[in-house]
Amino acid sequence: MAAEKQLNVSDQVAVDITKMNKWYGAFHVLRDIDLTVYQGERIVIAGPSGSGKSTLIRCINALEEHQKGKITVDGTLLSNDLKNIDKIRSEVGMVFQHFNLFPHLTILENCTLAPIWVRKTPKREAEEVAMHFLEKVKIPEQANKYPGQLSGGQQQRVAIARSLCMRPRIMLFDEPTSALDPEMISEVLDTMIQLAEEGMTMLCVTHEMGFARKVANRVIFMDQGQIVEQNEPEEFFNNPKSDRTKLFLSQILGH
Amino acid sequence: MARDQLAFVRTHMLPEAPPPTAQTGAVKWLRENLFSSPGNALLTLVSAYVVFQIVISTAPWFINGVWESPSLTACREILDGKMGGCFAVLTERWNQLLFGFKYPSELYWRPGLAFVLLFIAAAPVLFGKIFPRKMLIFTGLYPFIAYWLIWGGSVLVPVFAILGVLVGAFTYSRVVTISAGVAVIAAFVAALIFWILSGYVTGPMENVMAIQAVASRDMGGFMINLMLGVVCVSLSLPLGILLALGRQSSMPIIKWICVVFIEFIRGVPLITLLFVANVVLAYFLPPGTNFDLILRVIIMITMFSSAYIAEVIRGGLAALPRGQYEAGDSLGLDYAQSMQLIILPQALKISIPGIVNVAVGLFKDTTLVSVISMFDIVGMIRGPILASSEWNGVYWELFGFACVLFFITCYGISQYSQWLERQLRTDHR
Repeated sequence: MAAEKQLNVSDQVAVDITKMNKWYGAFHVLRDIDLTVYQGERIVIAGPSGSGKSTLIRCINALEEHQKGKITVDGTLLSNDLKNIDKIRSEVGMVFQHFNLFPHLTILENCTLAPIWVRKTPKREAEEVAMHFLEKVKIPEQANKYPGQLSGGQQQRVAIARSLCMRPRIMLFDEPTSALDPEMISEVLDTMIQLAEEGMTMLCVTHEMGFARKVANRVIFMDQGQIVEQNEPEEFFNNPKSDRTKLFLSQILGH
Repeated sequence: MARDQLAFVRTHMLPEAPPPTAQTGAVKWLRENLFSSPGNALLTLVSAYVVFQIVISTAPWFINGVWESPSLTACREILDGKMGGCFAVLTERWNQLLFGFKYPSELYWRPGLAFVLLFIAAAPVLFGKIFPRKMLIFTGLYPFIAYWLIWGGSVLVPVFAILGVLVGAFTYSRVVTISAGVAVIAAFVAALIFWILSGYVTGPMENVMAIQAVASRDMGGFMINLMLGVVCVSLSLPLGILLALGRQSSMPIIKWICVVFIEFIRGVPLITLLFVANVVLAYFLPPGTNFDLILRVIIMITMFSSAYIAEVIRGGLAALPRGQYEAGDSLGLDYAQSMQLIILPQALKISIPGIVNVAVGLFKDTTLVSVISMFDIVGMIRGPILASSEWNGVYWELFGFACVLFFITCYGISQYSQWLERQLRTDHR
């Protein structure tokens, strides 16, 4: 596989999806998805809206339920058992399009909440870890403010820090820059690039093709609930095979 | 405009400047708010005249008011045809208005003390940031202390009641590792069994370390309204939260129990529930059981208001974006944690105006118990006081007084809730 050529990718499987299907009522959103993600891999998932790319990564931490097929995350098979699901969720970080910070808590409290209550970390230690990650996303000075007082880009960086505080093995990004003003996109992308350089396993749904070229070691193109094409970024952008991919690329890179 | 003028490059950025200084002063305020146009000036003058007339016509009633007199006839003699209120009824019947006409007068200090302690118990709950958390221990003990002070009897009753709570808490801590839901039920059952068994102990020992007991039927006055109000509000809030969460539950049985309960209770007038508490319930209970009337009324009012509070909170829950639930889920918080830490703090904050609305309404509805022959403040006024030969015919002063008492309490609740809302604002600080 092309991805294995690049650095930092082990042969340890992080996420394994086989023949996964999902329906919303009668609507078949995801059809026979097969995907193996290795530890340390950075995957960008692209595709037109409604193609099921968000739904796919939301299935990985069971925010959406799948009806058929198997998902294994970090060796744990995703089942209906709630304890099992909570365990997987605490190993998998997720960053949302609309940040979803907790508006009634300060930035620091947002970051320490899950470590304290899920991991049972002592408060002081959790705060140290939180400050470490807030420094990493370059906003330690905002620690005692509330999310409503921060700009969109800052909020999204807090959301990334909040996920990192749980020391996740895998990070999912669901269109992290789509709700941001153009000026703020780069500060969030920079944080994500930094994360990628440190070897975090990442699955990103994004329309930022520059980011895909720069950090991804695999780009997946989805349409109508199926994986249409996947390849390493160079090949994917310069030499797309499927007509659907060519059309998509010409539309988003056209101007 | 010439074409070359279209191009523009800013050479220096403008510094931040203060806003133009506001013209202030009383004259400016008057001109802007009261006399901004001839029409408004006219309205201002007319309103001022109306206010003046109201004050002129009611002031003598207060100023000439008689505060000392044994009866209405004596009061009218003192007034001698002048206009004036007979406030003497308030001073003469003060204790009856507050405590009812059968509560032993030498024991008035006990409910009085319970009332004062109420503020100490409520302080850490209402003003959590100001008072130390350790005061919550007293808040937890307060219901038992207040019960003992007001009803009296053997100290064993409240002590065993506290022990029952501890037994429940212990059971909960033992079972919670299996399942939180089972633990709650187990704790409740364990406490209930303990209380029933302890009845065999406290029953024959009712004189052990006892203070003079007062029966529920001997209580009355504003004390009853306050008791019902405080107890029912503090019980119906947690019950309402549980009902609101239950109504959203994915478990069909729990969901339908909550839906049926809420819809049924909301569809029935409170007064019919009170009649049920007073009369009908007696038919269903095994003969000989003495189920306290105040307790029955508390249960009915609590059920009634909890159904309303549940719907208010459901509105708050619905107002939260789905992303909040998802963020909690994605961090690995379980259901109880994400409700307690993320969803409820926000949903309750949104629901504050609605909850206060229900609480204020509940407090005023406690006067309905006068219809089932309990002598609360309205029952006292309509019954023993107005029926007495001394004060037959004094309406304005008595009902005005009741209004003032309720207004002070309800306005206080309203002011507190607004303060709380300001405290909880986190967007622009």
